[in-house]
Amino acid sequence: MKAIRILTRGIRDALKSVFRNFSLSTAAITCSSITLILVAVAMIISYNIKNITTNLEKELTIVVYLKENRTEDQVATILNDLEHMQNVEKREYKSKEEWKLEMKEYSDTFSQALEFLDANPLLDSITVFVKDVKLLKETTEQIKTYDFVASADYGEGMAENLVAIFNVVEKVTIIIVIALVLVTAFLIGNTIKLTIFSRRGEIDIMRLVGASNISIRLPFLFEGLILGILGSIIPILVTIYGYVLLYDHFNGHLFTAIIRLVEPFNFIFYVSGLLAIIGAIIGMFGSYRAVRRYLKI
Amino acid sequence: MNLIEVKNCYKVYNNGVTAVADFNVSIEKGEFIFVIGASGSGKSTFIKMLYREERPTNGSVIVGGINVAKLRNSKVYKLRRKIGIVFQDFKLLPKLTVYENVAFALEAIGMHSKEIRPKVVKALENVGLKDKARSFPNQLSGGEQQRVCIARAIVNNPKLLICDEPTGNLDPDISQEIVNILENVNKEFGTTIIMATHDREIVEKMKKRVLYIENGVLAKDYAKGSYKVHESN
Repeated sequence: MKAIRILTRGIRDALKSVFRNFSLSTAAITCSSITLILVAVAMIISYNIKNITTNLEKELTIVVYLKENRTEDQVATILNDLEHMQNVEKREYKSKEEWKLEMKEYSDTFSQALEFLDANPLLDSITVFVKDVKLLKETTEQIKTYDFVASADYGEGMAENLVAIFNVVEKVTIIIVIALVLVTAFLIGNTIKLTIFSRRGEIDIMRLVGASNISIRLPFLFEGLILGILGSIIPILVTIYGYVLLYDHFNGHLFTAIIRLVEPFNFIFYVSGLLAIIGAIIGMFGSYRAVRRYLKI
Repeated sequence: MNLIEVKNCYKVYNNGVTAVADFNVSIEKGEFIFVIGASGSGKSTFIKMLYREERPTNGSVIVGGINVAKLRNSKVYKLRRKIGIVFQDFKLLPKLTVYENVAFALEAIGMHSKEIRPKVVKALENVGLKDKARSFPNQLSGGEQQRVCIARAIVNNPKLLICDEPTGNLDPDISQEIVNILENVNKEFGTTIIMATHDREIVEKMKKRVLYIENGVLAKDYAKGSYKVHESN
């Protein structure tokens, strides 16, 4: 019962203090709102990039063409080897006859051209899906070692560069998010420091009459928590409405159809939840630091 | 059993100043004691050690069975709940009413509001301020503010009431009034009272035990009624 009383008193005092030092609280809330909006933007970018990269990686394949004079045994060998290769997820074999049929169906022009030729000018192909895109090059080189392989290619350059750029962007955004979070924690800590100073007299008396350390510190920790959570409200609204607007505006794609945005639902709720949690944690962290430093008991 | 037992106590501050040296004193339950001495004599340091605002450098200070010298910071509140403290500068919260100021002491230790009310009313009655419960500190005279401070100090029925120059800011008549209230508390509730003061007239008049501190040493321990102003200087 006593613990509950101390707890409710802590929350009550914290709320009182938030309103009593209204201008200070507003400043802290505004600062953390701005930072959290930036955090939200960074989170949305980072998550989208992760999503795009994963999608791109899924679409990265090695296309292998076999030489015209390959034997059936050789086809069987390479298919078997590929099946047991470590980095290979799956492989799809299409013989030149299958290609021919497919092309004939595709258009009349192709059909007539192929009819005109006696021999089949096409080659057998194997599409190889890999498990780890980073090992794409190694796997391709390995496939090239068969002397009956005409070529093995994986959109060299473009795909690799895109993934590399996205990786850098993702890391940079993560660093920015961490820096912003620390700045916000510092700001909230500073507000709490000022409230501690403005309530010096009260704290002194609490100490003298024998209030326990926890009951002296709790209101300040709650105040940080409340400031953090209040600071996350505007960023949450911005995230929910802003992202839906953005998604609708671009029809879910950015520049090309390959770069797909993450669908807003439930993504925005997930981001909002995270923002509230981050706000609460940095509020608590900031006030904890201030209490540790300026509230010596 | 003695309420306070100070043995071979030393207090040396970080700057090398020895405030209290080889201090020995025993105080029984229910005593009313004056502590006198010039400014800088170590009087305040001694008082502060009793409620663990200062920690003795050496020796032991036992208050109500708790050894203050060994008391950890996180446990200080246990000692403070047994003690009431009154200061020269009152230390009242200006934004709270008289009632709220006294109730604050009980709220701070997590007491239920139902228990708080009767205790606060009684404490205000004891200092004769029941009618001023709704006033704010700045609407009161100095003497009245000090009475609020006493009410706050006694509201939780402490075993020990420490008063650090409570009459320092008050004129002689009001000072006497305050000391009378303290004597009442002492008699009615058996609360042990230790009062540091510069007001030697009052000390002589009250005929209580007097500890005279000089240069950090307990220079003289006057028994009840044996202190005379003209002899001490």
